[in-house]
Amino acid sequence: MSYTVEGSTGAWEVVVGLEVHAQVVSESKLFSGAATAFGAEPNTQVSLVDAGFPGMLPVPNRECVAQAVRTGLGLGAEIHLWSRFDRKNYFYADLPQGYQISQYAHPVVGEGAVEIELADGARKRVGITRLHLEQDAGKSLHDQHPSKSYIDLNRSGVALMEIVSEPDMRSPEEAGAYLTKLRQIMRYLGTCDGNMDEGSLRADVNVSVRKPGEGFRTRCEVKNVNSIRFVMQAVEAEARRQVEVWEEGGTVRQETRLFDTARGVTRSMRSKEEAHDYRYFPDPDLPPLVLEQGWVEELKAALPELPDARRARYARDFGLSPYDAHVLVLEKETAAYFEEVAHGRDPKLAANWVMGDLFAALNRTRRGIENPPVSARDLGALLDLMGDGTLSGKLAKEVFEAMVETGQAPGAIVEERGLRQVTDTGAIEEAARAVLDGNAGKVAEYRGGKDKLFGFFVGQVMKAMAGKGNPALVNDVLKKLLG
Amino acid sequence: MTRPTDFTLRGALDALAAREISAEELARAHLDAIEALNPRLNAYVAVTGERALERARASDARRARGEAGPLEGVPLGIKDLFCTEGVRTTAGSRILGDFVPPYESTVTANLLRDGAVFLGKTNLDEFAMGSSNTTSAAGPVENPWNRRNDPDTRLVPGGSSGGSAAAVAARLALGATATDTGGSIRQPAAFCGIAGMKPTYGRCSRWGVVAFASSLDQAGPMARTVEDCATLLRSMSGFDPKDSTSADMPVPDFAAACGRSVKGLRIGVPCEYRLDGMPAEIEALWQQGLEWLREAGAETVEISLPHAKYALPTYYIVAPAEASSNLARYDGVRYGLRVEERDGDLQDLYERTRAAGFGAEVKRRIMIGTYVLSAGYYDAYYLKAQKVRALIKRDFDEVFAASGAKVDAIVTPATPSAAFGMDEKQDDPVAMYLNDVFTVTANLAGLPGLSVPAGLDTQGLPLGLQVIGRAFDEETVFAVGAALERAAAFEALPAVMAGKTARAAG
Amino acid sequence: MSLDADTVRRVASLARIRMEPAELARMEAELNGILGWVEQLQAVPTEGVEPMAGGGAVSLRLREDAVADGGKAEAVLANAPDREGAYFGVPKVVE
Repeated sequence: MSYTVEGSTGAWEVVVGLEVHAQVVSESKLFSGAATAFGAEPNTQVSLVDAGFPGMLPVPNRECVAQAVRTGLGLGAEIHLWSRFDRKNYFYADLPQGYQISQYAHPVVGEGAVEIELADGARKRVGITRLHLEQDAGKSLHDQHPSKSYIDLNRSGVALMEIVSEPDMRSPEEAGAYLTKLRQIMRYLGTCDGNMDEGSLRADVNVSVRKPGEGFRTRCEVKNVNSIRFVMQAVEAEARRQVEVWEEGGTVRQETRLFDTARGVTRSMRSKEEAHDYRYFPDPDLPPLVLEQGWVEELKAALPELPDARRARYARDFGLSPYDAHVLVLEKETAAYFEEVAHGRDPKLAANWVMGDLFAALNRTRRGIENPPVSARDLGALLDLMGDGTLSGKLAKEVFEAMVETGQAPGAIVEERGLRQVTDTGAIEEAARAVLDGNAGKVAEYRGGKDKLFGFFVGQVMKAMAGKGNPALVNDVLKKLLG
Repeated sequence: MTRPTDFTLRGALDALAAREISAEELARAHLDAIEALNPRLNAYVAVTGERALERARASDARRARGEAGPLEGVPLGIKDLFCTEGVRTTAGSRILGDFVPPYESTVTANLLRDGAVFLGKTNLDEFAMGSSNTTSAAGPVENPWNRRNDPDTRLVPGGSSGGSAAAVAARLALGATATDTGGSIRQPAAFCGIAGMKPTYGRCSRWGVVAFASSLDQAGPMARTVEDCATLLRSMSGFDPKDSTSADMPVPDFAAACGRSVKGLRIGVPCEYRLDGMPAEIEALWQQGLEWLREAGAETVEISLPHAKYALPTYYIVAPAEASSNLARYDGVRYGLRVEERDGDLQDLYERTRAAGFGAEVKRRIMIGTYVLSAGYYDAYYLKAQKVRALIKRDFDEVFAASGAKVDAIVTPATPSAAFGMDEKQDDPVAMYLNDVFTVTANLAGLPGLSVPAGLDTQGLPLGLQVIGRAFDEETVFAVGAALERAAAFEALPAVMAGKTARAAG
Repeated sequence: MSLDADTVRRVASLARIRMEPAELARMEAELNGILGWVEQLQAVPTEGVEPMAGGGAVSLRLREDAVADGGKAEAVLANAPDREGAYFGVPKVVE
């Protein structure tokens, strides 16, 4: 059933479009040679271009353009070989030039689309309107002084990609799934690190509501939402607010709003109240950006495998279930980890270990897949020890826990702790005889037809052998002795 | 021996090379002349005497070591629109406050590289906006020339590079840097009886030059001869990767081109430049100039530039639009003036700072520019102007076409009048704008334009002729300009100049 | 097209230039004079003409992605009218 907001007048449909600002992965800024690294001392990653000094001029960074093109290709979008930088004029304390250099009229990337997956397994296409390059602004700190704001220009001039979607989403879930997918694609491409804590990915969320079957009503823009969860909450809160406004006989006014994460509501932005008039015009410091088709082709040829293709391959070549394939490709680091474990081994077994024991270990140790407690190589080695009979499944779990704890390789743990499973049938037989001799009554019951007791004997033998007996051999020996 | 301030730049280089004079003596002579005359002319807003003498001595030392650069020891004035490292740069505006750039513009760095000695920063119209050098925060510049029968009326030097023009004309520098957005090199050069060259857009880097209108601004030289302009331009020019509009082109030996014959060249005479009400003496000088060129073996050809008459209104949309954006950075936050009220907010700080920091003409242009870019007016004004600009350029492309070219260069008057009084034309912005009617087309089309002093009007004031050439063909422009210069044999001298102490006091 | 007083006030606000009523009135007259004069452009047929934006006809050169600037906070901050330690200071901005 599709998502609706229930009002007093009935159900309302929600219409959502996102403008995502993604920080481009590059060493230096879009128009200057200053560094882009996060967390530097204030104003230390600032060139005089970024600070808007008199007579300073922008010179564009090839890698930033390449990253935008790669992203466009990853979104299956049209690459515009002719694009242009415009100036968006407005005054703000952290905008040193008094304008932002952006691509307003002629973006480098045109229409594309992404496919999102929803919890019920449904798939949906969300249209991309455009992607363009622009400069980030500096940062204002409002909490350092009672009557002043402090300005740090380290971010000023860092390259951003603004990715504008069509108003194709109809629920908080779809908005979340879209942003998740976009982030995933860019992380695969290496064009945006997707780090929302550091502000590498922010979204302006456009929300409107309507009665089913209607055309679009007025939308509001919720600015600068910085997590996927908040995007979903903002859609919900803003849709609810608009339904209330309409149902109380009011009119939703087109405006810019902020999402108050503490209270879970949106509120009007006072500072943006004044009517905007950005006076866009072509930046006379920058001739048009003209790309060669050959260069675009080169970038295209060098693109990594993207999540959709990878998921399909896992299902097709590895026989993984759609769900497992989906989970494994969510983060490219997970997929890379999985592929290393699966390489030359049973992919289903590898998937089970990654999604089971490894994920549990990550959770427990609060570590990410990029810094796992057990390396993919070691996990692979562990699977090999199972394959060659050195370890039983049960022993392998034990060894894995020891690996998590110590960071040691499985072979070393097996040697050190003597965890190698016993495959010597003589030793197993000896242990089995001792168990049967000590349980003569149960043996009689078994032989009288109480088959269920077989499991009891297996357990006793394994216990006697400290779990190291090869389970298949223990079975065989018991069957022979009891038979 | 020639008085050091009377040397041409070429002559000074020869004398320096022959050890007839040292760079230090040359600099000192100019500094003395500045001290004597600048209080009246106000051509310099800052004189960096100590620094100049120090650099002159270093220059003498380089020459002694046999390491003389192409401009070794040549004392120059630098328009105060060029950022100079460690030397306050004002752009003729209050809004820059005590701004001291931590960088040297590419053009001035090139000149220093070649051995030049900077005497100081020359006055200009605020942010290079003006044609009279009366809008400077540092006060107006006086033209060293006077009307023969009205010697007490103080005249404007033209603008915006009025300080550079007056300094060169009054022998307070051998040459000077200037910039030209709509005529700011050529018009003051014509008003002050010197030569001034606006090169092709992209020839000189704009990096470190305070921007007025980025798509039109070009740096260029002023000097007392065409050849001296050519020598300076060679040093100022060159590809600069820091300016995305800088042309990656080889820099020819412009001075050598001054000796080229004009024989066989076809010189265009645009009929649209014959304005209603243009003084007869301007028309006469123009015809004289064409006659000189024909005598030198060139052919003159009537051409039409049908959209030239729209150049000025086009310019007064394009230039203010760009300026309104370029000047947004002067906001009282990172450098320059700040004016704030107690408990005022940021908007108030911006508005007070910019109200106090900008003069009337700059405010006017920012207002016009803001308006023509604003929602609802962009298409009618800015986009329309861009299209007309394209047509103006197309007119030039057609007469200069690579194949079947009608002409090799165009010759026109440089200005529609000689220098006017400081009190004239101040009340009507449009009347002031008309000063640039002949020069502004070259900026819109990005072409080189040279102003050459060619004669005097009936009042004894200098008049100039303008040579416009193909993009990146400054050599032909210099050749034609030098031919005009030779034929005109312009030897008149301004009333106020170094060594002419009798008038200097007046 | 001609500007009225409200438009002049709005433009002055967009341009962040404080103007007293007398200055606004003078500006209104001057701007109308200039705009009246540039009005002549409307007579030029420009259908199908590509607008000319920049000065040069060349396309953008792209620089290599390398850190070659920054690390000069002193130079960046030295001219600031209100320097607050490692930051620029402005009156508190309320969002």
